[in-house]
Amino acid sequence: MSDPAITLYRLQACPFCERVVRTLEAYDLDYRSRFVEPMHSDRDAVQRLTGKRSVPAIVDESTGVTMSESGNIVEYLEATYGERSKGGA
Amino acid sequence: MDLPFEVVDLPATDHPEAGDRVPDFERPLVGTEFWEDMSLSTLTDESPVVLLFHSMDGAFPATYVWNEVRDRGWLDRDDCQVVGLSISSPYEHADLLDDRGVDARLYSDPGNGVAEQFDIVNDLDGMAGVEEPRPAVFVLDEERVVQYAWVAGEWPEFPDYDDVEAAMDEL
Repeated sequence: MSDPAITLYRLQACPFCERVVRTLEAYDLDYRSRFVEPMHSDRDAVQRLTGKRSVPAIVDESTGVTMSESGNIVEYLEATYGERSKGGA
Repeated sequence: MDLPFEVVDLPATDHPEAGDRVPDFERPLVGTEFWEDMSLSTLTDESPVVLLFHSMDGAFPATYVWNEVRDRGWLDRDDCQVVGLSISSPYEHADLLDDRGVDARLYSDPGNGVAEQFDIVNDLDGMAGVEEPRPAVFVLDEERVVQYAWVAGEWPEFPDYDDVEAAMDEL
């Protein structure tokens, strides 16, 4: 089992996180889920990564990108993996 | 415990013994900051593992076990990882880590499937539909081979921490 390049920090039942999951699945991307706590103040791991405590947040080791906010993440995934999955290189 | 009456004897089971390789499993592993699916073999690939099965979080045995682990400094050892397992949810595990003030990790197994794999299921009298693992300790090497095993034969029963520590020192 090799570690997937993408790690998704998510909150259970958070619709913005599910939106990102849907995009990851649409592009058939391998990812690891890390669930964080509902309490904002308990999300130090996310804070250290992104500077914010909001989720979803992703770390993509294959591109070195770390980002939060579902709109940004979906846009990033589309730009990075969308073309390829449509039959590109 | 020395009690002036008989306690409940648990029937013998076919649980893994010293020299056996324990089954692998994957469950959410809960730390102080997040939880993620993690297989036991991923942990044993890193270092030997002391796997502690205990009662659901909030029951006093879970509290006692983690106080003991903390006070004995088992979490500060770099020769092995001490990892817990109970049927409690990840949220309850997060509270337990916070309440006990420990930087440890615990597997969450509400379906009790790991206890079934290890043949250490404890059916809980008076809690319909709820079962959990028997109290048990397995000291595992990097191949998941048991170096030391203890499974409760009575209910309730606590591990002999000195024996576990001796097994850890042998790793």
